[in-house]
Amino acid sequence: MRWLAFARRNAREILRDPLTLAFGVGFPVVLILLLTLIQRNIPVSLFELDQLTPGVVVFGYSFLALFAALLISKDRSTSFLLRLFSTPMTAADFILGYLLPMVPMAAAQCLFTYLVAAILGLPLTVHALAAGALSLLTAVMFISLGLLLGTVLNDKQVGGVCGALLTNLSAWLSGTWFSLALVGGWFEKIAFVLPFANGVELGRAALAGQYGSLTPYLWWCLGYAVVLTVAAVLVFHSRMRVK
Amino acid sequence: MNAIEIQGLRKCYGSLTAVDDLNLTIGQGEFFALLGVNGAGKTTTIKMLSCLTLPTAGDARLLGRSICTEAEQVKRVIAVSPQETAIAPNLSVTENLEFLAGIHGLSKEAAKARTAVMLETLGLQPVAKQRAKTLSGGWQRRLSIALALVSQPEILFLDEPTLGLDVLARRELWRVIEALKGKVTVILTTHYLEEAEALADRIGVMAAGRLKAVGTVAELLAMTGGKNLEDAFLILAEGGAAQ
Repeated sequence: MRWLAFARRNAREILRDPLTLAFGVGFPVVLILLLTLIQRNIPVSLFELDQLTPGVVVFGYSFLALFAALLISKDRSTSFLLRLFSTPMTAADFILGYLLPMVPMAAAQCLFTYLVAAILGLPLTVHALAAGALSLLTAVMFISLGLLLGTVLNDKQVGGVCGALLTNLSAWLSGTWFSLALVGGWFEKIAFVLPFANGVELGRAALAGQYGSLTPYLWWCLGYAVVLTVAAVLVFHSRMRVK
Repeated sequence: MNAIEIQGLRKCYGSLTAVDDLNLTIGQGEFFALLGVNGAGKTTTIKMLSCLTLPTAGDARLLGRSICTEAEQVKRVIAVSPQETAIAPNLSVTENLEFLAGIHGLSKEAAKARTAVMLETLGLQPVAKQRAKTLSGGWQRRLSIALALVSQPEILFLDEPTLGLDVLARRELWRVIEALKGKVTVILTTHYLEEAEALADRIGVMAAGRLKAVGTVAELLAMTGGKNLEDAFLILAEGGAAQ
């Protein structure tokens, strides 16, 4: 259970960084508050809560990728990981130890977002619970992507790639802020090959209780989560012993 | 059985040969110091022996296990205190020790018991609850060594453990390291000749990736005709007597 000891350490690192916690949980909440306020003052239906909430949850997860990438790249920049590399820990122990403590953070982020949405008028049904639970699959995908990037990039590069590029990709290609069908063509096709829009649509379908239409979004999200987690383990393994 | 048997170990980075044809045997319980100027190959040697980097050629057996083919078994019997202080900065001293004990597979209770022993042995009780990042350089180095010892390794690598410390902190750490003599096989790399002279049973001098000489201080003086260890070291480092 080496991964568990490592996960405990990482959980402490996350919990002892109040800025990360506050931003991670607070940002989606502020976002949903602001956009709902805008919706109330415009005549067209642009940011309805049943469409907006799953989108904001997924967009919020893109910051988890940044936090995960920073955690791992900061460790890599010190001798701390070097010490751990000389212990019997495996790459899977490392990635699991980084990944697992971030899942409760994702769950808290999702919970707060749905609670605020409920206060603003979203009916809190069992479907919302299902949407929240399924969104954790997208969270794992984002965290693993962050771990993968944090394994190959240094902490300065991580800021640019995860902080700017990934959040922008997630914003533009998720269909949270505008309907992808409105743009259509290759843009929509690309969006649905990437995980962001699939994650949002998965949440929207679950929230609407349309469980029959969860696929193919579910498979895309599950596929990305598995592939990125395995890739993170393999790349981390290759970094553990320099040839 | 010898603790370490090195045969024809070589490490090349592109056209640069960092360590060349290293042959060396270190007995169990021996305190061995590796001396050399910057770039002599000391740290690369430690990295190869602690399974952090693969040799380009040759092999070494640590307590009978090959660093090339049995890295996982080697990692179970060694510990490394890297050149830079390798600690988890946001964890307290106690948490750091419990964490490393957990990484080495100790149960929660066993980790707590072992941590108590380490706090006592290394005199870390006054700072036990203090976060590692708030400790002075001397305390951090002491914690770094404690972290290496918490798993009760049979072979301990100390890579320049007193680098950058003031005289008082260095002497204090010497006392800690000296207490390990005979109990653990220690391989110490250092720039400080007086450190090697005070602590080591035998000394190896490396220059330009090659092991120039091995012996006790008296043997090195006899070999080189130097008046003291500094003389002997300079003669060897500048290309005098060979192994």
